[in-house]
Amino acid sequence: MKFMQVRTELCVQCGECMKACSKAYFKEESKELSRVRVANVAGYANFSICSQCGACIGVCPTGALERDANGIVQVRKNKCTSCLMCVGFCPSACMFFNADKQTEPFKCIGCGICARACPTGALELFNVPDKA
Amino acid sequence: MAIPEMKLLAEWSYEPAKIHRGYSRETLYIGLGNKDGNYKFEKRPVSDDMIEKFTGGRGFGLKLLWDAVTGDTKWNDPENEIVIAGGPFCGITQYPGAGKCYSVFLSPATKQTYNSNAGGYFAPFVKFAGFDALELQGKADRPVVIFIDGDNYKVQIFESTLEDINAYTVSEELHEYFAKDEDDKRTISVISSGIGARTTYWAGMNFSFYDQKRKVVRLKQAGRGGGGTVLYDKGVIAMAVKRTHFTGLENDPADIKTIQRCGVSVHKRIHDLDDTQSKMRSVGTAHLTEIMDAYYILPVNNYKFGKHKDIDNISSQTYTSLFTQGMADGCWYGCSLACAKAVDHFYLQTGPWKGKPVTVDGPEYETAAGLGSNVGIFDARWSIEANFYADHYGLDTISLGTGMAFICECYELGLINKEHTHGLDLNFGRKADIMELIHRIAHGSDDFAIACGHGIEEAREYFAEHYGADMQTMKKIGMCCQGLEASEYRCQESIAQWGGYFLTLKGPQHDEAWLIFMDMVNKQLPTYEDKAEALFFFPNFRLWFSLQGLCKLPWNDIEPADNGIKYKGVEAARVPEHLQNYLDIYEAITGKPLTRDGLIEQSEKVYNFERIFNLRMGRGTAKYHEAPDRALGPVWEDEWNERPDYFDEKLKEFGENIDGLSVKEKIALLQKHRRGQWEELKMAVYKRRGWNKNGIPTLATVKRLGIDYPDVVELLNKHLRPEDEF
Repeated sequence: MKFMQVRTELCVQCGECMKACSKAYFKEESKELSRVRVANVAGYANFSICSQCGACIGVCPTGALERDANGIVQVRKNKCTSCLMCVGFCPSACMFFNADKQTEPFKCIGCGICARACPTGALELFNVPDKA
Repeated sequence: MAIPEMKLLAEWSYEPAKIHRGYSRETLYIGLGNKDGNYKFEKRPVSDDMIEKFTGGRGFGLKLLWDAVTGDTKWNDPENEIVIAGGPFCGITQYPGAGKCYSVFLSPATKQTYNSNAGGYFAPFVKFAGFDALELQGKADRPVVIFIDGDNYKVQIFESTLEDINAYTVSEELHEYFAKDEDDKRTISVISSGIGARTTYWAGMNFSFYDQKRKVVRLKQAGRGGGGTVLYDKGVIAMAVKRTHFTGLENDPADIKTIQRCGVSVHKRIHDLDDTQSKMRSVGTAHLTEIMDAYYILPVNNYKFGKHKDIDNISSQTYTSLFTQGMADGCWYGCSLACAKAVDHFYLQTGPWKGKPVTVDGPEYETAAGLGSNVGIFDARWSIEANFYADHYGLDTISLGTGMAFICECYELGLINKEHTHGLDLNFGRKADIMELIHRIAHGSDDFAIACGHGIEEAREYFAEHYGADMQTMKKIGMCCQGLEASEYRCQESIAQWGGYFLTLKGPQHDEAWLIFMDMVNKQLPTYEDKAEALFFFPNFRLWFSLQGLCKLPWNDIEPADNGIKYKGVEAARVPEHLQNYLDIYEAITGKPLTRDGLIEQSEKVYNFERIFNLRMGRGTAKYHEAPDRALGPVWEDEWNERPDYFDEKLKEFGENIDGLSVKEKIALLQKHRRGQWEELKMAVYKRRGWNKNGIPTLATVKRLGIDYPDVVELLNKHLRPEDEF
């Protein structure tokens, strides 16, 4: 099972994670298109990145959200009707949307691109084997 | 068990119109002939004028029905139609409550136009199949099932092989029949009624959707006005539509970003605040029972009393424990308010399915009160069973509840007896006998049951003629008007709500205005002018939802946390931020800007047209706007004695010296004063609406609204009299 560990104290708010993410999925460097968001809150880095809690799965009326074999919550676009209930109901506000690019929502899928771009190790992707 | 194959009687293929900016600009006409098997299919164009004047939904329904009938047409004439239409919002997935449609028809109950709304997937699928409205006319020569294949653009009429015409059976069978496999069942929606449509005027239409999580068919009702009775009279057992693929852009909106922005803001608000506001997601509208009880608004024993010691038995806590929690209960994609509650694995105790486990849709508040407190029963499980059978039989739970409450009081007063009821003890609270009455009404089992199923207005004629029951007494206690039974709120102590119920287009339902708190509790409408203004704004504002394909609940059953701080009084009740969402989304779909005044004017056109339509059908004048005594105040001593000090005080407010008066004399005095208030309210409202003293829209009003069509003006000229002018 994959999960992203965030070490806020290491973040220097350089924005490289967001650039790398948006570039990978939308071919342009834009904070608005990133699946990880880092905001400056009173001088401290505040991360918005999906914890794969799965609260959105129960909200989706079409079954378009499901957990894959790696424990990652995936948006199945072919089943999605773009209602965006999952955006409103995400407890950590980590489901994003941008109609200029696509009508369906998008989220972190634990690919690790942002972690690899992070110069300080503030983001790190772990792959933990399931318990026997 | 799958039904036998159905024989194809007629088939028609069409080129679908492309939806653009919320409209396909075509309607579907299905003619069933006149019991001669002469089926007819047509695509009909939607003109610019039709969009400008009638907008969509209920407006389109009224316009198409107007063109199809004359002033002499009766509900069971072949030319009567059922028109089903969504509206420009219908089918969007990004904002809650956008799967609604209105069904418009001449009603067996009210003998004039009726329009009834339902959720479910039917209207969006018909729209995605290429039609802004579906018009059904004529009478089939045998029981038929109509199938609109929105995947292959075909309409087919089959000879029905359904032996059981009740709603859950029909819906389940047809989802199975038209779907390729289990997963495909969500692509079907079915309209059905039930056996109650054969003899009652209370049969509604059940609109289905397939619940993918529970793997059962769910039903939403266009319950009121007898639409199911009309459907059955046409020989139509069911209509089904199929549409497999669709996206969130099916309406081809001008600006999807704005729709998404508004939608996400409301989804988030519902997530954050619903548990502390209306609890729609956990208990739905049934949360209202204890609130109504607290303010003497809950109807108990035919609206005699407003609260009851056993309220806890039907409270939101009780229903929350019975409803299956954690399910997505929206009746169209994107409805995060999700009020469509369900009780799963409910074992029926009576009737043809006794012992069978079923999933019951609801109850909603109206059903919990109508098939509960109003017949003196405080047993949630009894109400759930009554709810199931009412839906299954196609019976409107509100008319059934209010109608049976009236019958129980007639029984209690001795106006009817056990001989008349064929052995049923119909005192309030008699659970077994009242449940048996539901089964008998649905099946038309005997003369008494058939009379009951024709509604209070016709039942009391029957009781007077055949049982010698006193008509004046029955007129005092029967909570109906214009042939329609009242919905489940006690309005005695709110003058404005008298108008909200009894100065309406189609009778005492509450989809025009619910002003009880604003008026009675918050005292925000102190003068007749204030009340008239509310009875102008809210009916028009709420009618607007019916033009668009929208549900009213996401407007004010969830509010911004600071709504009551930023806005005061009546303006707060309008929930300005949500109102602005609707204006923004209207423009984002259609590309046409809309102001708040423009919104009201859109509605006014249809509101007045509907009023004039009812005039055309021989009604629609002041004498049909009448309120029974029970609506205005206590009728019998026991009602007064529930709150004697309160009512004494009310009499003193009129300047009356009540020393030495008996309770009976006090009741008569209060009724006299309130009758005077009712007349004052009526005139203030008519004036504000641009009508004359006889409740008819003036020529100036129809000209201002642009609905001065030649036939409208000709009709008005026949009825407008100088002595009725203000």
